[in-house]
Amino acid sequence: MGVHERDLTSFITDIGDAGRHMDFAVEGVRCAGCMRKLEEGVGKMPGVTRVRLNFTNRRLAVEWRDGALDPAGIIDKVEALGYQARPFDAASAETAEAKEASDLLRRLAVAAFAAMNIMLLSVSVWWGNASDITPETRDLFHLISALIALPTLAYSGQPFYLSAFRAIRKRSVNMDVPIAIGITLAVAMSLFQTFQHAEHAYFDSAVMLIFFLLTGRYLEQNMRRRTRAQAVNLASLRADSARRIRPDGSVVEVPVSAIDPGDRVAVAAGERIAVDGVVASGTSEVDCSMVTGETMPMKVEAGDMVYAGTLNLSGPLTVTVTAAAKGMLIDEVQKLLDNAYAAKTGRVALADKAASLYAPLVHTAAALTFLGWLLAGAGWEQSLVIAIAVLIITCPCALGLAIPAVQVVSSGAMFRAGLLLNAGDAIERLAEVDTVVFDKTGTLTLPSPLADAAMLTERAKGIAGHLARASRHPLAASLQALAAGPAPEGLRETPGGGVSGTLDGVEVRLGSADFCGVSVAARQAAEAGHAGDSLVWLRTGDEIAAIPVRQHMRPDAAETVAALRARGLVIEILSGDRAPAVAEIASALGVDDWQAGVTPQAKIARIEALKAEGRRVLMVGDGLNDAPALAAAHVSLSPVTAAHISQAAADGVFLGNALRPVVEAHALARKARGLMGGNLWLAVIYNTLAVPIAIAGFVTPLIAALAMSGSSVLVTLNALRARRA
Amino acid sequence: MNILLILIPVALLLGLIGLAAFLWSMKSGQFDDLDGAALRVLEDDDLPDESRQEKRPGDE
Repeated sequence: MGVHERDLTSFITDIGDAGRHMDFAVEGVRCAGCMRKLEEGVGKMPGVTRVRLNFTNRRLAVEWRDGALDPAGIIDKVEALGYQARPFDAASAETAEAKEASDLLRRLAVAAFAAMNIMLLSVSVWWGNASDITPETRDLFHLISALIALPTLAYSGQPFYLSAFRAIRKRSVNMDVPIAIGITLAVAMSLFQTFQHAEHAYFDSAVMLIFFLLTGRYLEQNMRRRTRAQAVNLASLRADSARRIRPDGSVVEVPVSAIDPGDRVAVAAGERIAVDGVVASGTSEVDCSMVTGETMPMKVEAGDMVYAGTLNLSGPLTVTVTAAAKGMLIDEVQKLLDNAYAAKTGRVALADKAASLYAPLVHTAAALTFLGWLLAGAGWEQSLVIAIAVLIITCPCALGLAIPAVQVVSSGAMFRAGLLLNAGDAIERLAEVDTVVFDKTGTLTLPSPLADAAMLTERAKGIAGHLARASRHPLAASLQALAAGPAPEGLRETPGGGVSGTLDGVEVRLGSADFCGVSVAARQAAEAGHAGDSLVWLRTGDEIAAIPVRQHMRPDAAETVAALRARGLVIEILSGDRAPAVAEIASALGVDDWQAGVTPQAKIARIEALKAEGRRVLMVGDGLNDAPALAAAHVSLSPVTAAHISQAAADGVFLGNALRPVVEAHALARKARGLMGGNLWLAVIYNTLAVPIAIAGFVTPLIAALAMSGSSVLVTLNALRARRA
Repeated sequence: MNILLILIPVALLLGLIGLAAFLWSMKSGQFDDLDGAALRVLEDDDLPDESRQEKRPGDE
């Protein structure tokens, strides 16, 4: 980059006093040394007033005096230091989440303060009750506790009250309903007891409950935010910019979001097209594998439609934009996506399922306790106190932590295995899978095709390598390493054709069949011999050789498929590519169930058919044509190279060239699911032990405090086991 | 037991100071980058050169 201007104004914020602020997503930072190198390097640029690298989410914040430097210079500087930087739009959806996180943390801090101070007073009362506390002192302590507890519950308890209220209004029950009822009754009864000069008050239980539950909620939120931040970083690192041609003919690089329909955009050979549009001038070949799964390049010329996400292979193009970032995508795909999402909302997460069983049970038990004591001859006051004690002791403290704690630990383990999850309950869904459907192009195979020069002579390989070095064609990259022996002279690249030069007075050419002057008969013969591959040709004098270009399988694809099968999963392949290309991959992997030439609609139909058979499908795919199927499947994963829309539709994204994270994710999810179930059982066991004591009327605040904190710690410790599959 | 009338407010006040300190540190962004803070503590290049030399043991 560098020859043309970059327009970054949409990323810059004005911080007053002629100061400007901009955020960058940075790749490659690993240690304290990297951090210092970056901050010092950028900080020494003239005009920079503040540099701070956030190591947690790998963002670099830079502030400078307006006009003192060109922000594009910062990117070049970071690149010169050996890292990658991309402008990052800080004003995205993330800020709302960050706000929610700091809000939860503040409520948690208040609850912690209150819990500690009330416990200080409560322990004194418990101790005093056993020895010589005077009733006046006890009342004073209870009163102070009330003064701390009431504002704390009003502030820190808000998230639970609001969520319970929303659930009730929708005529459903979630875990927050019993929580809200439990703490409200506990506080109301304690207030009443205080004014009755009673021995026991439950302010400490109520506040401690809020503290534990907020901890669970904060952890859960933090996990989601962290993986989301990584995913957004990855997205912005994937160069979402386009080069707009101004009316005066100059070219400026702008973020895709700043492109409007009607703009003209320049696309160089080897570049990914960032917008949907019509070719205004130029001829080239376009690799549509990301959009349709088809691996054979398609020829385009003026007047042809090109889609965002496709790769421009051979010649420069000028594209008139028909739909930019906002309206991008073929409408059809978007429509299919919407339908798929609408069909999916029926599932109830494990935690809510547990809540809907739990709440009625607990409330019935409390009501029965009240009636039972009343019938047994206790006064209504004493009966009510015991019934409320039942509610307090059953308040789902452990239950509230049981699932989020496992989710946090498990998604942390997946993160280390190279997998980012978008949805919290994706872990549960992943564990239930029994069928895996793979897309072929870009999922089972590596995202970019490679030229396979294995059958050339050593000399030809060397020449092809030299010629490839002069080309910007993406396919040339894999041949460049072969360059050896004498170098041809007068190298020249013909857009849409290939590279030519002369070696020892003989003309050498590398490129398309036409460019190399291959006869029709020779071409047909070669194509018959390389079914399913597109061909690149090498001509040295009169000798002609065909170089097949093929999709290479991900290095561990066979291993991964075998491992998934060993885990008892059924494997299928659904590809938009031609049958011979799919058949080759399928047989190499030993997969019998495969379909080729499948449209996005047909992919959904197949997934729906599997669903109708009662199967739970994990869809792994990357293309635009996979997006609706990803959304329709029970759970879905995408490689990091996938089209944007597919990543958004998928429940998780895996990093790197390996397919292995899919297996690890499944193993970790199964383990996590088991632990979630185990934790729920722990909560059930705790209740079956504690409830009879409460019903019998033996629960004191001391017992409640011990039982609640004990069960919460137990459940959290159990969740830590989710670190390993 | 009159000492309680002093000790309890003192205890609460200390607690409140802790809470206020936490809220302030949160607001000033000290919890934004916990991983980075863990690494930054190892750096000593924020000290001016002469002060680093002065702090060498046995100089006094």
